[in-house]
Amino acid sequence: MVAGIENNNSSNTSTYAGLGSLLILPTWLVIGFFLVLPVLMMLVYSFLTKEFRGGVIWEFSLAAYDQFFFDRGLFGDEPPKIEWTYIIIFWRSIWLAAVATFLCLLVGFPTAWFIATRSGPNKSLWLFLITIPYWVNLLIRTISMKFLIRDTGPLNEWLLAAGVIPEPIHMINTNFAVQLGLFYSYLPFMVLPIYAAVERYNFAYSEAAADLYAGRWATLRKIILPIVKPGIIAGCILVFVPSLGAFLAPDLLGGAKNFMIGSLIEEQFKGNAGNWPFGAAAAMILLSMVLIVLTFYARQQMKQGKR
Amino acid sequence: MKRSRIIGMSALALMLAAGVAHAEGKLSIYHWFEYMPQELLDKFAKEYDVEVTMDTFDSNEALLASLKAGKMGSYDVAIPGDYMVEIMTGEGMLDTFEPSELSNFGNIAPQWVDVPFDRGRKHSIPYQWGSTSFAVNRDVYKGDINTLAIIFEPPEALRGKINVLDSQGEVLALASMYLGIPQCTSDRNQLRALNDLLQNAKPHWASFGSDIAKDVLVSGDAAAGMIWNGFAAKAREEGANIEYAFPKEGFVVWMDNVVLLKDAPNRDNALKFMNFLLEPENVAAVTNYAQYTAGVTGVEPYLEAAVTDAPELNPPADQKGEFIQACPQEVQTVYDKIWTDLKK
Repeated sequence: MVAGIENNNSSNTSTYAGLGSLLILPTWLVIGFFLVLPVLMMLVYSFLTKEFRGGVIWEFSLAAYDQFFFDRGLFGDEPPKIEWTYIIIFWRSIWLAAVATFLCLLVGFPTAWFIATRSGPNKSLWLFLITIPYWVNLLIRTISMKFLIRDTGPLNEWLLAAGVIPEPIHMINTNFAVQLGLFYSYLPFMVLPIYAAVERYNFAYSEAAADLYAGRWATLRKIILPIVKPGIIAGCILVFVPSLGAFLAPDLLGGAKNFMIGSLIEEQFKGNAGNWPFGAAAAMILLSMVLIVLTFYARQQMKQGKR
Repeated sequence: MKRSRIIGMSALALMLAAGVAHAEGKLSIYHWFEYMPQELLDKFAKEYDVEVTMDTFDSNEALLASLKAGKMGSYDVAIPGDYMVEIMTGEGMLDTFEPSELSNFGNIAPQWVDVPFDRGRKHSIPYQWGSTSFAVNRDVYKGDINTLAIIFEPPEALRGKINVLDSQGEVLALASMYLGIPQCTSDRNQLRALNDLLQNAKPHWASFGSDIAKDVLVSGDAAAGMIWNGFAAKAREEGANIEYAFPKEGFVVWMDNVVLLKDAPNRDNALKFMNFLLEPENVAAVTNYAQYTAGVTGVEPYLEAAVTDAPELNPPADQKGEFIQACPQEVQTVYDKIWTDLKK
């Protein structure tokens, strides 16, 4: 240990020279075992023939992708049309996730800003308060939300008693309830990265902008947002991606009347359908979409880096 | 010195492990959630000096998927529903036994010996049976409820306040009964009518959910809901003013069964456990807990009054239920499409 501290950089390099590839081995093992292998398995399964009542037959087949994109009628013998069912399900999930992300951003940004601009001990207290609800399991929080907003729940009872509304607002089993659930579940994922970005922001820039006659709005748009943008984007990804696969909120708060991507895939493995290749194909299509979005973002970042 | 100690310790550990395996047997159960009183497992463990472990699943399909995904050989017994016994037999997942291997085999109620899903009981014994239909909140709706129209073409008062089990098999079977068409029909016009009925009914439904079926009735989120009879009895006991219906078009009868799994690591203990569950006193404990009905004769003296008197457990004599059938592949494909379209 002591020797390590006293050593200068060049001798450190020589100590570990040639070990580089060996030292990175554990990382590769973890990535290979937990990331590459499962994804490869999914890819292979999506191109296999389905076995009745679950399982796969080891024969190449495009049936899973065909089922996703082409509608051949109730009995499967009509000329193929475009299949809207799964596009609608994917679109619904994407839309819900996008709205949830937007709402989180709308509330999360000012919250993060507020926390980041408090003085030392207060800052920690506010951060602590934000994380407290998340010590409780997500399932329990979602069910509690259900209790709160049901027709005879405390929220409606209170509004009725206060005379704000003449009759209970129907919220449970609606899209509003699902949005509320997603928003509540993932808000801290938005607040924390933005907080980290805002905390590093040098307020001298704001003062400089004010000196140069920039209004508040111009300062926010031209100075602050570009600087904290990485935090905002990280927050958006952290909220959007899990919302896309969420099925707790849609099931418990939305009444499970409509499939989400997550519940559609689950049904293929655990439901009557027992269609493993189709479940794998749907998962692959979802993964590809997420990858395209992330690649797009990465390229944008690189372009900006070059400028 | 150091090495010899390591060898010594390893030998000791091995001996201990072997000793444990010899001293007491093991039994590994794969069962539904909330369906087995812990005291009963403890009783079996004590009586036969067996170490019992139990994992749970939440649907017949989940059980099948999990066993197919590589859990065969790790469990001794499982408790699938009627049609799933047939499917598992077809998949070659079940071991057979002779009636002579179970001394209590004669306790099985006569009507449950030669069942359509396991002729002569070669793979399974009865666990509990019950029915699936629906219950209605009598504060909200006071009319006649003994018709499946309550679910599929609901009266004004119940529209938008109905919970439906999130279970393809039960929903499609009840819808078929309402239309008066056979289950697993391959007639195209009948399948189209089935599809239309469900599509038109869905706007009147508030939610799909199985594990919430009791809670939505108790809390009042739903004024009517498809539900299993024992679950309805529990909802009523928890204070909901609900009545369980035995619709005139028919209702679903189901039976859960203890099956002997192929490649069971502890076949002897599995048979001991099955025999144990054919003992009236033991299976009555399950009935008192789950509020369904045992398939064994002689349980009456051990049953609690709340169970024997429950209206949910006593269907009118002239009404008959039907088992859900396992559809052949070409019909199942259409069923899957109907179900996906319903929930898209």
